[in-house]
Amino acid sequence: MSNVLLKVLSRQVLLAFRRPAAVLNPLVFVGVVVLMMPLGLGPEREMLGEFSPGLMWITALLASLLSVETLFRGDYDDGTLEQLVTSGHSLYFASMGYLLSHWCVAGIPLILCSGLFASMLSMPSEGIVPLMASLFAGTLVLSAFGTLGASITVALRRGGMLLSLLLLPLEVPVLILGAGVVARAIAGMPIVDLLSIMMGLAMLALALAPIAIAASIRISLEV
Amino acid sequence: MSNLPLIRCHEASIHRGDRCLIADLDWSVNAGELWQVTGDNGTGKTSLLRVLAGLAPNSLVGQCEREGATLYLGHKNGVKADFSPRENLALSLGADAQFSAKETDRALQVVGLGQHLDEPAYRLSAGQQRRIGLARLVLPSPRLWILDEPLTAIDVSGVGLIERCVNDQIHRGGAVVFTSHQPLMAGTLRRLHLSGGRGVIHGV
Repeated sequence: MSNVLLKVLSRQVLLAFRRPAAVLNPLVFVGVVVLMMPLGLGPEREMLGEFSPGLMWITALLASLLSVETLFRGDYDDGTLEQLVTSGHSLYFASMGYLLSHWCVAGIPLILCSGLFASMLSMPSEGIVPLMASLFAGTLVLSAFGTLGASITVALRRGGMLLSLLLLPLEVPVLILGAGVVARAIAGMPIVDLLSIMMGLAMLALALAPIAIAASIRISLEV
Repeated sequence: MSNLPLIRCHEASIHRGDRCLIADLDWSVNAGELWQVTGDNGTGKTSLLRVLAGLAPNSLVGQCEREGATLYLGHKNGVKADFSPRENLALSLGADAQFSAKETDRALQVVGLGQHLDEPAYRLSAGQQRRIGLARLVLPSPRLWILDEPLTAIDVSGVGLIERCVNDQIHRGGAVVFTSHQPLMAGTLRRLHLSGGRGVIHGV
């Protein structure tokens, strides 16, 4: 049952350790974007600080989009997905494993580094912890949508364009909520309500997305 | 052990896109039987096996029932090149059961990878990678095996190994369905020949 969840999770994490570039790529991407912002927007601290919630969240969303495309590629090409589907394992829990593995590999490092990145954008200090909290819930939703999109497009070979087209409309509400949490915290307003909504969305996505992911893994193999 | 057939096809047709590859197949596979599916390239051998393994349920029109779980080895090995043979078996998603370290090590010895237990699979040859997949035949497995071209990239000693595994499986009361352009020397071989959109049963 959930044995397969742990197996998928440990496979993906071990794989990430074998190819550290997969973990570092999204982080390097976010770092480069954050470094470029003061050069493009000008180094005024007030302006950068005001834009920082939105900028952080946009880069987090794009980083998640970039890293998710290859999530199923290897397992599709080498036959691992065929093995998974014919094994009799619960595909629901396997899909949840893929979702959580993407979050562990792409989401958690970003959450941990976000404080550093945010202060590079001169984000006021009262925004840092809310940023990390909103990323914690938000990247989980992004991973859920991303894993779903990746499982739909894996059989298409070059499905990158379609993947972005599918995912962006779904992920925009997360961006609005996430950036809203940080902006409100900086303005000194309460954020518990917005954060609770985000956390609720994350739990809902974690529970329901695997149903759709499992179905699209089956469909992807039928070609 | 039940006497139900492990596979029962009744008026089964298999489609690929708009094309009908196999029409009205009536066929059953019982415990203890070894079946070779033959036919020219493109007659639908792999498609049939994928339907049997449950990978392509929407290509099927008609009835094709399978009893219980199956071990499926396709054209792709299901072997992760970044993992060592040991890790590949221990973390295999292809088996419902968890294998102990002793079992996997012994299986890898049997398939001749005893010297390469911890070497990443990308350093091994195509045939050796194939053998990692074949180690599944030595480990505890379901009663039904579906093997698509198991002899690809395998040397003479490997063919002998597969024949022994298949023999054991048949004697345990399992069943094996495979495709290959050469026969396996194991027990009584039955043949399902695909040609012209029909399946013809030989040698029962």
